[in-house]
Amino acid sequence: MSRIDMTFAKLKQQQRKALIPFITAGDPSQQLTVPLMHGLVAAGADVLELGVPFSDPMADGPVIQRASERALKNGMSLRGVLGMVAEFRKQDATTPVVLMGYGNPIEAMGWEIFAQRCEEVGVDGVLTVDFPPEESHEAFEHLQRHNIAPIFLLAPTTNEARIEQVAKLARGYVYYVSLKGVTGAGNLDLSAIEQKLPQLRKHIKLPIGVGFGIRDAATAKAVSKLCDGVVVGSRIVQEVENSTEQNVVANVGKLVKELRLAIDQ
Amino acid sequence: MTYNYPDNSGHFGQFGGIYMAETLIPAVEELRQQYLRFRDDPEFKAEFAYELKHYVGRPSPIYHAKRLSESLGGAQIYLKREDLNHTGAHKINNAIGQALLAKRMGKKRVIAETGAGMHGVATATVAARFGMECIVYMGAEDIQRQAPNVFRMKLLGATVVPVESGSKTLKDACNEAIRDWVTNVESTFYIFGTAAGPHPYPMMVRDFQCVIGNEAKVQMPEMIGRQPDAVIACVGGGSNAIGLFHPYIEVPNVQIIGVEAGGYGIASGKHAAPLTANAKVGVLHGNKVNLMQDENGQIIETHSISAGLDYPGVGPEHCLLKEIGRAQYVAINDDEAIAAFDSLCRFEGIIPALESSHALAHAIKIAPGMGKDKVLLVNLSGRGDKDMNTVAKLKGITL
Repeated sequence: MSRIDMTFAKLKQQQRKALIPFITAGDPSQQLTVPLMHGLVAAGADVLELGVPFSDPMADGPVIQRASERALKNGMSLRGVLGMVAEFRKQDATTPVVLMGYGNPIEAMGWEIFAQRCEEVGVDGVLTVDFPPEESHEAFEHLQRHNIAPIFLLAPTTNEARIEQVAKLARGYVYYVSLKGVTGAGNLDLSAIEQKLPQLRKHIKLPIGVGFGIRDAATAKAVSKLCDGVVVGSRIVQEVENSTEQNVVANVGKLVKELRLAIDQ
Repeated sequence: MTYNYPDNSGHFGQFGGIYMAETLIPAVEELRQQYLRFRDDPEFKAEFAYELKHYVGRPSPIYHAKRLSESLGGAQIYLKREDLNHTGAHKINNAIGQALLAKRMGKKRVIAETGAGMHGVATATVAARFGMECIVYMGAEDIQRQAPNVFRMKLLGATVVPVESGSKTLKDACNEAIRDWVTNVESTFYIFGTAAGPHPYPMMVRDFQCVIGNEAKVQMPEMIGRQPDAVIACVGGGSNAIGLFHPYIEVPNVQIIGVEAGGYGIASGKHAAPLTANAKVGVLHGNKVNLMQDENGQIIETHSISAGLDYPGVGPEHCLLKEIGRAQYVAINDDEAIAAFDSLCRFEGIIPALESSHALAHAIKIAPGMGKDKVLLVNLSGRGDKDMNTVAKLKGITL
């Protein structure tokens, strides 16, 4: 059983929901990413989404755009991100790590080498924002060969036929984007999520995480009632942005603890 | 030889595709279906033809640049005068086509990205013509370089949004337009300006621009009794070029030459010529193409004197045409483009766009080595009025 599957199985047993925070690797500095990852786990994160910065983050709002710019300025590369996961695994053998980003850095490295490296360093899943199932055949083959879960996005605009298609390819969990927009946008519509989920559940047997637009304990709690996991990205990256190198681990930890508490209530 | 691209999934060989975030996949799929439905619809075709004739002013003439050719002493240079179109460039052909489709799809809000501003002006124009709300995303640096076009867009009722992220040029304007589309996907039609992006855009934009080559194929025999020896066009994303080239792909003995922006020279690394520089294949803005990037797959900043060519990628069909050897791609540097710009002004009384000056510069480069009976057809894709500030600044003149 994979780390992701084990994590969700355990949570299900405990009747708890997964808390899945996102940070951009290399933000605010390369040295702080691994301590931040451990801090997230200590504060109650179940799965970590680690953003691989890209020069042209088309699906991201200003907060994650700025994080990507900072990370690239700090010299962050896909190779470097893989090294960070290796470093993280020295102290944490159980928390799943999912790399999230855009396809081109992986294309440049080559999917086979990338998947092989993921397996070596202990990456559990890969979410490539701009690679829909239609363009993921090659990627899927290499990831599968190395036991890396391809994580797919579903959106409010996704129709039933596509949900079925994703259900066949996805492993680990499925990430439902709760609104039409970029990351960090506002206006979470709970009733719309509630209406869409039965359609997703009909085909998706994997856990469903919901993200985009979750900005505080209250929204995290409300969303957690509807799904299996809550993904929080921009709000955490914003906390990174507003902190100093001295207090960033503590500040982010405090925020994640609040979210954890709210979800477990 | 049968050439039939893209395939049903939007691929031109290994290039093209639909590399987009999930939220937009249903939108590009809907667009594909609607385009395929209306493409062959007699009423749609008639309306498109009517607009091209009465609004754009087509067919655009072909002009024999005699004095320029004589001065070079070799091949004869002919110009396809897309600069004479309404709004001053080829961009309007595509903007009209997409606006007619938007109208049929019930979309009342259109968005566009623009580099030099010509596609932005074309989109603002058709939005005014058909009564649609129009938002144009433009890199902050391009806004500086192309101030007259910004003012034109505003006069036409469009909102011009400056894009401050990244290199503040065309690619960043594309990113921002995509972000708008993903947010307003149901109300909004994205009028994409070049023959790139996710399927069906490369095919659809090409089809709308093919009026250029289709006209030329009729006009050249009328003028000289045969087809030209070569067709030449500048390539940024490559829409004017594919519009001229595509109808000539299966015409034997016509050489096809795409001219990229060489900037300060390929060796300098400061250029916008992914095909000439053999840039690695990668994924950006919805398609897999030759892409200027570093060893880590990050997109690198490009340079060209011409804002319309200042883009790190290129349309997928050009990548294919290069790969199968049907077209060749070369680069013209900033200084060569400026020299060609000056030549056309002085010899023919035509002020070309800096983009088109690249295509012209290559013709000027190769004509002297060819016989006087040879004919080069250059796509003069736009007029140069928008470039007055840039050219004046280069010459050290304050307007």
